Amino acid sequence: MNGVHDLGGTDGLGPVPVVDSEPVYSAEWEKAAFAMFSMTFRAGFFGIDAFRYGIEQMHPAAYLSSPYYEHWVHAVEHYGLSKGVLDEAEINKRTQFYLDNPDAPMPAREDPDLLAFVDGVVKAGAPAGRPSDKLPQFAVGDLVTVLDSSPFGHTRRARYVRGKPGVVELAHGAMIYPDSAGNGGAEAPEHVYTVKFTNEELWGAEAAEPNGVVCFDVWEPYIIPATTSQKAA
Amino acid sequence: MSTSTRAPEQIAARVKALEAIMIEKGIMTTAAVDRLVEIYENEVGPQLGASVVAKAWSDPEFKARLIQNATTACAELGIGGLQGEDMVVVENTNAVHNVITCTLCSCYPWPVLGLPPNWYKGPEYRSRIVREPRKVLREDFGFEVPDSVEVRVWDSSSEMRYWVLPHRPAGTEGLDEKALAALVTRDAMIGTGPVHAA
Repeated sequence: MNGVHDLGGTDGLGPVPVVDSEPVYSAEWEKAAFAMFSMTFRAGFFGIDAFRYGIEQMHPAAYLSSPYYEHWVHAVEHYGLSKGVLDEAEINKRTQFYLDNPDAPMPAREDPDLLAFVDGVVKAGAPAGRPSDKLPQFAVGDLVTVLDSSPFGHTRRARYVRGKPGVVELAHGAMIYPDSAGNGGAEAPEHVYTVKFTNEELWGAEAAEPNGVVCFDVWEPYIIPATTSQKAA
Repeated sequence: MSTSTRAPEQIAARVKALEAIMIEKGIMTTAAVDRLVEIYENEVGPQLGASVVAKAWSDPEFKARLIQNATTACAELGIGGLQGEDMVVVENTNAVHNVITCTLCSCYPWPVLGLPPNWYKGPEYRSRIVREPRKVLREDFGFEVPDSVEVRVWDSSSEMRYWVLPHRPAGTEGLDEKALAALVTRDAMIGTGPVHAA
């Protein structure tokens, strides 16, 4: 989708709000919001690609102006509601309760398996690499062009690289394909490559900073061999 | 779809509501929340990446393995896991300065850097660092990269997680790994800052 989350190359957002130091969590609520991601992942709400697509479906104005972890809360709600695990009226009722009773405790429940999962998943992660019978169609050094179309739904093919020619810099093997898994489809692994683009190709000679490149990861269906005319363009 | 932003007390209450409901549904517990929170507050953070950098500066064979395969090299030190299942270390040289970002969301190598700072996740950095990295580094981070050095920005658009092996600064020849690690900042491993000799 052509969403506001696809920020690369957007102008006008102002200086980076750099601070000397900040806590790992900026507010108390961020702790539970952060933790919800891995626990609802475990509960089958989403894989990481679908999670990202949930975030991308926030209203653009809310996306840009809300604290980061509110994005995560949005995705958890989005999939919890669509799976019928959560209920909007119930969420609203309980929200009002905690607005009226901010110091009210959480329900008590123990779950040793969940506690073990937390330590286990932090250590082991959730690798995206998958075995595949497909042979890679590209190799390091190949000249390629990124498809220029604008798909609906989830994709990692950012707008600022669409239609741009680059050189394959690294080959990573096959991984879960976000354009399938993020849209409710199968994992459908595809080979992943890092493609290197010059600043001039991305932004034009006039706007490009000197002596710079961007390396961007693509799945094989995102790219085609660069033709002579595309290289010359 | 809501276009309005919630007041802080609204967000806080809504997260509590969701947590309470999901505790009752068997999805969350407060103990598991506390444990996950604590891991990234006290155990997994940029001190781990700094220890890897210091080892690479001190041990050329380890450095070669780190460049070859950062995931397995870090695993030698017991470092790895969530959001760093497949890591690539990119080395700064006299010819190339590397910077990492994620323009599409907020991908970041958690096992070596911990959770990202707010600015890394925000729209300002994500929009500008691919378009005008020299300007962002100079004006926002006070870090000038000479035009003779290529600026190479790594946009983490897949599940590969990139991070930067910075230059070892001059004047650190006699330092051991622990002393070297103390010099390595989070920003140096993102690529938004240099490493200074103490």
